[in-house]
This record gives sequence, C-alpha cells and structure tokens, in this order.
Amino acid sequence: MQKVQDLPGKAPAAARSRPRSRDWPVRVACAFLVFILIVAVVGPFLTSGDPLHINAANRIKPPSAEHLFGTDAMGRDVFARVIYGARTSIIVGFVAALASLLLGLAVGLLAGYFPLADATIMRVMDGIMSIPSIVLAVALVAITGANLGTVLIAIIVPEFPRVVRLVRGVILSLRSEPYVEAAISLATPTWRILFRHMLPNTLAPLIVQGSFVLASAILTEAALSFLGVGLPPEIPSWGNIMAEGRTYFQLRPGLIFFPGIFLALTVLSINLIGDALRDRFDPKLEKRH
Amino acid sequence: MRYFNFRAAGLSAALFGAAMFAPPALANELRVVMESRLGNLDPIMSASHQTRDHGYLIYDTLFGLDADQKVQPQMVDSYTVSDDGLVYTFTLRDGLAWTDGTPVTTEDVIASIKRWGQRDRMGIALMSITDSLEAKDAKTFVLTLTSPSGVVLEAFAKPSGVPLFIMPKEAAATPFTEQITDYRGSGPFRFLPEAYEPGVKSVYVKNEAYVPRSEPPSWFAGAKIAKVDRIERIEMPDPLTAVNALNSGEIDYLQTIPPDLLPLVQTDVIKTDKLDQLGYQISIRMNFLQPPFDNKLVRQAALAALGQEEIMQAQFGDPESYQICGAAFGCGLPYESDVMAEEVVKPDPEKAKALLKEAGYNGEPVVIFHVSDISTMSALAPTIAQQLREAGFNVELATTDFMTMLSRRANQGPTSEGGWSIFVTSWHNTEIEDPLRNYMITAEGREGYAGWADVPEIGEKIHDFLLASDYDARKKIADDIQGVVYDEVVFVPIGGFARVTGYSSKVEGVLPAPANIFWNISKSEN
Amino acid sequence: MLGYIVRRLLSTIPVLGVVALIVFLLLHFAPGDPAAIMAGDSATPAQLAEIRQRLGLDKPVFVQFFYWLDQLRQGNFGTSLHSNKPVAEMIAARVGPTLSLAVTTMTFSILVAIPLGVYAAWARGRLSDRLVMTLAVLGFSTPVFVTGYMLIYLLSLKAGWFPVQGFASLASDPIRFARTITLPTLALSTVYIALIARISRSSVLEILGEDFIRTARAKGVPERSVFLRHALRNAAVPIITVIGSGAAFLIGGVVVAESVFNIPGLGRLVVESVLARDYPLIQSLILLLSVIYIGINLVIDLLYTLFDPRIRY
Repeated sequence: MQKVQDLPGKAPAAARSRPRSRDWPVRVACAFLVFILIVAVVGPFLTSGDPLHINAANRIKPPSAEHLFGTDAMGRDVFARVIYGARTSIIVGFVAALASLLLGLAVGLLAGYFPLADATIMRVMDGIMSIPSIVLAVALVAITGANLGTVLIAIIVPEFPRVVRLVRGVILSLRSEPYVEAAISLATPTWRILFRHMLPNTLAPLIVQGSFVLASAILTEAALSFLGVGLPPEIPSWGNIMAEGRTYFQLRPGLIFFPGIFLALTVLSINLIGDALRDRFDPKLEKRH
Repeated sequence: MRYFNFRAAGLSAALFGAAMFAPPALANELRVVMESRLGNLDPIMSASHQTRDHGYLIYDTLFGLDADQKVQPQMVDSYTVSDDGLVYTFTLRDGLAWTDGTPVTTEDVIASIKRWGQRDRMGIALMSITDSLEAKDAKTFVLTLTSPSGVVLEAFAKPSGVPLFIMPKEAAATPFTEQITDYRGSGPFRFLPEAYEPGVKSVYVKNEAYVPRSEPPSWFAGAKIAKVDRIERIEMPDPLTAVNALNSGEIDYLQTIPPDLLPLVQTDVIKTDKLDQLGYQISIRMNFLQPPFDNKLVRQAALAALGQEEIMQAQFGDPESYQICGAAFGCGLPYESDVMAEEVVKPDPEKAKALLKEAGYNGEPVVIFHVSDISTMSALAPTIAQQLREAGFNVELATTDFMTMLSRRANQGPTSEGGWSIFVTSWHNTEIEDPLRNYMITAEGREGYAGWADVPEIGEKIHDFLLASDYDARKKIADDIQGVVYDEVVFVPIGGFARVTGYSSKVEGVLPAPANIFWNISKSEN
Repeated sequence: MLGYIVRRLLSTIPVLGVVALIVFLLLHFAPGDPAAIMAGDSATPAQLAEIRQRLGLDKPVFVQFFYWLDQLRQGNFGTSLHSNKPVAEMIAARVGPTLSLAVTTMTFSILVAIPLGVYAAWARGRLSDRLVMTLAVLGFSTPVFVTGYMLIYLLSLKAGWFPVQGFASLASDPIRFARTITLPTLALSTVYIALIARISRSSVLEILGEDFIRTARAKGVPERSVFLRHALRNAAVPIITVIGSGAAFLIGGVVVAESVFNIPGLGRLVVESVLARDYPLIQSLILLLSVIYIGINLVIDLLYTLFDPRIRY
C-alpha cells in the first residue's frame, strides 16, 4: 500500500547518534517479529479452536474464556482465526518479498548489464510502476479470481519493478568501476562477472528493500481482502477477518481491532528493523553525522 | 492523452458549476438506500430486483397483483374473454400518458408485450400459444391464442422476475439484448437521466401527468399516488454504514437491515417492518453434466446430507428472521406441496454416507461457488460445504462475487477446467410460485438454465400446467412436478427469508408489497 | 534546459503505450463475461451470444485493441456497459470528491508533518525525537481502514462529532463538506504525516551536515538562525519532491478510504467497475490514474531542475 522504499529520503537512523543504549525499539521489534514467527509456525498448538469450524448456534459472541476474541458471523473462533491468520500473512509476505527480490534481481541484472535489453525492460517497468499499485492489484485479483496464487501475483507484479530499478542502478554504477572493466577486458565470462562482482554488491540494498516489500505485501494483502478482492474468505487471514467483521464492527469492535493490532504491530516491527538495517548498510549516513 | 485531461477537467468544472447553482434540497424529498446498486436501467433486459424496483417507480403495468394475490386491472380499464377462452380483448383506461405528454396507445402496449415475450420465461410460454396480438384502435387490443390457458392475466400481472412494464413504442423497439436509452414512462414518478450517477445516486420526481386509479392501493394494484416530490436513491455498499445513516436521519428508508444489525436500530426514531411478507427462497442447483453429480445417487446423497436449519441459522442467526420450507413452489403460496418436503428439510448424514457408498463415490471434488459480496448469502456456501464434508464429500469452495459467478457458471466443463458442481442463488417467492415462472425446477438440458439437468418429463408437465383449465388440475400437476424434481434432485431448497425494512418515523404510508414500491409514502417535516 | 523538458515529455510516450497495452491485455484475458453480467441470472446461452456480438466481444483481440486506441485518440472513452453513460462523464462526476480528499489530506499532512519533522531534526537523539519517529513508523504501518474504523468508532459513534459516512461538495454545502471530509482526511493523513515527517527530518539533518552550515556555525551564527535561515530553506527541495510522490501514492490510499467512508470518488468507482466487469470503465480509469501519476512525476522532475541549482541537465 504505502511505498516507503520509493521515497528518496534517508532513514531516521534508529541507532545513529549514540548506538547501543538507544536500540530498544529495534530490539522490541525483533522480539515481536520472532514472537509472530513462532505463532505462525506453532499456531495450531496455541489454540484448540478450529479456525474453519462453523457453529451456527454461537454467532458474533463477545470475548469469553472459551473464545478469547469472541466468535465471528459464522460462529467461528476469532482467536483461532487470528492465530492461523498470522501464518497466512507471514507466508504471503515472505513469499511475495522473496519472489519480488528474485524476479527483480534477475530482470535488474539483465537490464543493468545488457544495454540492448535495458531500454525495453525499463520502459515496461516504468509502465507497470505508473499504474497505482493497489489499483493494479485490485484489477488483477478481481479479474483472475481470488486465490492464494493470484493474490501473490497481484502483490508481486506492482512490487518487483522497484527492485529491478534498484538492482539496475547498482549494476550500472559497478560497470564503470575499474576492476569490472578490467575483468571485461580480460574476457572473463559474463556469468562470472555477474556472480563474482555484481551479485555480492546488490545484497545489502536487496535485504533492506526486501524488508520494505515484506511490510508492503502484508499491508496489500489486508487491503485487498478488505476491498473484497483478496484471499478466499474461508482462509483465515488478518485482512479477511477484518473484511468479514466490517458489518458487525459496531457490535463487536474486536473483529477489526484484534487482527488490526496484530497486523499493525507486525508491520511496524518489520519497518523498524528495515530502518535499522538501512542505517547499518548505508555508510554514507554514518559518515555524514 | 492531453485531450482527455482537458476534457475531463472541463467536465468536472461544469459539474462544480452545476453544484454551485443547484437548488437547495427539497423538504419533501425521500432519501432511500436499497440493498444493492442499480446497474442496468432496462427492466426487461435485466431481471435484477433493483432494476425491477426502478421500473415500478417510472412504469405502469397492464394488470397488478393485489394483496390477496388477485389480478386487478391497472392500465387496463376493462377486458373480455371469449367463451372458448381463445380471444382476449383489452381496453386501456383514460388519461394514460407518457412523461412527455403524448398519450399511451395500444401500439406502445403491443410493442412492450412483444419485447417482454422474447425475454421473460412466462412471456415466452405465452407467446408460444399466441396466434395474434393486434390493435383494434388506439385504446383496444386483442390477443388471440391457439389453445386456451388459465394464466394469461397472471402473466400480464407478473410482479417479479421480468414484469410486463409498458414502455413507449420507441423504447420497446430496442432489441431485448440491448439497453433502452429512452426513459419515458407512464408511472407515478419520472426518472431524471441527467441527475443519474451510476453507483452514487438516481433521482426521481413526481410525474405530474399521472392519473391514478380510484381504488385504494394494494400491492401493485389500485391508486399509485406519488406523495413526495422527489425520491433520491443513494448507493451505500456497506450495510453498517447505511444503518448508521438511517439512525442519524441522513436517509429516510433502508430496504434491508441485516438481522444481526437490528439491535443497533434506534427504535424511537426508526420503524422496522417486514414489508415483503412473501420473501425469498434460497436454493441450490447441481451440475448434471460432470462428476460427481452426473450420478443420481450422489445427488440424492447430497440432498440427504443437507439440512436447512443449520445453514439458515449460520446465515441469519435469529430464528425469527428465516423460515424452514421444503416446498418447491414456496410456503404459504398456492402451489405449496409437502411431497418429499420432509426429506429435503432434514439432514440425514447416515443415509448420505450409505448412498455415497452405494454410488461408488471416490472423492471427485465438489466445487461450490461461494458468493462473498452479497451479505445475505455469505455464510451459505461454507455451511453447505461443512455439511457435505461431514457426509464424506470432498468439497472445495470457489470464492467469487455474484457477477463473476454468473459468468463462471456458464462453464459446462469439468471442475478441473474451471467448471463447478453447486451454485447457490435466491429467488423471490413470486418468481418461483408456480411451474411456469420457476427456473429452479426446469430441466431442459444443455440449452437450459445452469445445472443442465435433462428430464423431458418435467417440460411436458410444465406444458400441461400452462394448458390446464382450473386450479385443482394445476395443483395436481405441480405436486407431481415437485416429486420428480426432488427425486432427480434438479434443485434443493435451502430455506426462506424475508427482509426487514427500516424507515424514519417521519415517513408515513409505507405499503407492504413483495417488491419495493414508493407510491403512497409521505414525509412530514418533523 | 528546454531540450531536457522536451526529452522528458517525449519519454512519457512509450510508458503510456506500455500502460495502455497492459491495461488492455489484463482485461482481455479476464474470465468474467460482461454479457452474462448485463443479462442477469436467467439469460439463455443464445441470448448471451447475441449480447456479446453487440458489444464486439466476438472480434479478435488485436482488432479490439486498435479500435480502442483509435477511439481514445478521438477522445472517445466509450460507454459504460452497465449504465449506458459515457465513461468520460462518469469519471468526471467522480473527480470532485477524490480531488477534495486528496487536497485536504495533502494540506493537513504538510501542515503537521513538516514542523514535526523539523522539530525532530532539531531535537535529534532526544527522547521526543525517537518518540515522534517511532510514531511515524506506526503511522504508515497501520492500514488506512483500521485507522478509519478507529476514528469512526471514537469520534462518530461514541462522541457523535462527525457523520459516519457520506460526502457533500464544498460548493453545495460547505458545512457538511467540512463535517464529512474530516475523518477520511485524518485517516489518510496518518500515513502521509508519517512519511513526510520522516523525510523532512532526514533532509534537514542532511543539510545540517553540509559544508556551508559548518561554515555558518564556525562563523558563530546562532544555532536558531542557522536552522531557520540555512537549513530549512535548503531542505525545501527534497521535501517538495516527497510531497509530490506522496500525492501519487495518495491514489492508492483513496481507494480504501473512499470505501470506508462511502465517498463517491474515483477510488470507489475503480472497485465498483472491477466488480461489475465494466471493461470500458476499468480501462479508462486505470489509464487516467496512470496518466495522473506520470504527470505528477513529470512536474516534480521539472520543478526539481528549476529549483535545485545543483542539478544540471
């Protein structure tokens, strides 16, 4: 949804002026993310509730000892759905982030290293990037039908051109470095130049970018579900729980707030960690202040 | 590109300008919110209920059904039927005029009947036994049949599905597959095409030229008097938003309050009512062309597995808001029948398992369309899936919006190629109350209604029904049809529900009817 | 300079072509059938085929594509399949609310975010700086609809200060305009306040590290004066860029905000037209939003060359 990574500014440098002692937000963020990852992995052991079981006689109930977060409009246990939803959001986020990075890396290397392909590739990337990402995603999912695969594609397609642009930039600047020019003049095989000299240099910016894609993917999934064009409602995801709870929000605000808080905290943690990584990997920032 | 920007900017500037000089909102204006958006403006081309209710505002009908379900003349003043039942002569009443002032003539009426007769199921049936339809003069026309039928007037008075709205002959000349662009009518209100913003609002004003009948209003019959000057129909996709707008007085009338949201309604300023007592039938059809439901035993197993109570409760909650009903032609309606109704209503998982075993079912996937964008349907498919799973079916839910469901449903292929096994839909009870109107019981093969059951016996019995002379004979045929339909599992009823409508206590004269009608409604200042 | 502007303008043409092709192909391979949607639940296969033929949906893909381009060139954006209204007219009717929301959001965000960011830069490293910046990250980590519902819950339903939904144009009813636009503006602004505050903080910090600031400080210019006269003025350029790209991202945000607050703008039209498979409308909408996006970026690039003396082309 929000493309933080596009903005040309620099991070606020969580640990810039006096490192260590001021690291606590990042530490808390790391701890929370680890917690969510654990929940995503061992979720089924944390709750006896079945996130899919419909209980017609027990609809939209407030939180109770039996149902910690209450029940939804079909009598399903919201706590179980939120726990299983962590898994969905994390899977969607990581797969989308990884796929965007790999795809972006491959296309970016191509565009950066082969000037012939560059113009065409970058025009297509510019084209994709000029379609507002949520609009493109809404159109993609609604048109191809909602399932996990299409939601992933709808997140990856608007996301990966930004990675392409990043990788291409790095490659272009490296190409003119003396040691690369030397390697070329020595007739080093192209694959070798790419893998030996280029790839390692893209790693740091890619990791930073990856964290922002991850945050953005989790938010986009939720927004798509909220607009009614996301994952099938049967799959428990934070976005779906909120989308279904929309109608009953006034009776049971928890249907929006419980998954909403989990979602916001997860994305917040990822963004804080991403900022910290950027500060660490961006030596220029360290020098300047 | 640049031309576009210029043009859009010009248009929006014009619109801002128009808004600046728009007259202040009239005090005598009714602001209504309906359940879903008004898309198509052609009530013959589209069978959507929103389009139908738009039709009731601006068009009139030859006959109207009254609250006793009796056919009453509406645009027609008088009519005669020849002794052999073949020749119907109709005379239009005085004072009928289109909104541009030109009189309504029999030419308009005949053109309208012909367009409707190509589109509507009952209309097509009627045309199949029509010998001629001719104007005698500007006010009299004659319908001659090839064989007598007891349902001519019922067809003309058909309140839902595709009602026979009378349009000017210029509009009725449009092919029924194309939308009309001429919105003149002869009904109690006038549509303002220039104020229409699709997805935002549509506006109707009182038709000053309309001459109402003198009888008291009753459903679609009697006096249709416009008592407000203006009706603004506003689109609000989110039901919770709409309920809040009703409470705060931002709107006066809300077609549907979901049962779960009734506790939020402020009963001191809002009245709630089931205006449409007849309500809807929810039902499913299976795909007869592909496994597993090409096997009759598997279909019967599914019928046995399903139980109405749990599905309806999951969807509607409060037992007050739904009805258990195993009659194919609706409960409390003329052709209600209890043939096999008990089996249809109650779940019997053991019987289902036994039937599945007998059928040799080995886990072929059952793909159920799950319509997620219509709030009165969202829990149905998941609960049906759960019941089928408990009986041993391998079920997948295919989630889609209603519109896409309609197009994906046309796929007759196997589930591995985008095909389907079960779809859920709902019909108003006036659309299913006899074998002629009812789509769910039809079994006309690949060219027929989705599901493509092919049971010629049903078609023959429907034809007998059309030609039967009296109610008792028709009732007998309807009972037989229900038996065949349930034995073949052509469709399975899931239950009935009626909407709760809410309106401001400032609003008076809201009439019950099986569609939303806005004549006779007045609004006081306080 | 002029050469650069011309080159920059020309470079948008292939991008537009790519957008047009993507949009067209996207819709063409969609499984939804507009004919079935138009006719409703009870149309027969023969009736559907007839409607499809009328709409030209039975023609080959490339014929449809070039026909569409040719129509666009003539300024004809087609007719909505469902409402029979010209697409240009439908879109124009929805521009007002979206534009209003975008303008109020950007104005409010800038007014709050820039002082906040500058303050954080000034107080850098202190607790208040860290608090502001962590809140900023929270701002763009929370989905607009969660913020929106929270605001509705607290300020409309509990406090009763604002209506829960709706929109009135500024011209027709200024009071209702103010009442209805406040909550969506607040909900959307949390994201942009967060973004702009972050960027303005780091821009100011970056400038503070430049040599001329050191010189000023070394000359003994008071800290407050260094800050106001030198740092702020020079940080304006990157901040303007951010505001510009923020405006482009706003297009995505309004889609969700309009859905939460029932505002009849372009964003809701996107969702409505996609769900109804109204192809001519979807095509024109995506194209229009992309043109706006490209246009904003173009303007920013040109402004950049005008205002930043360090950049020469």
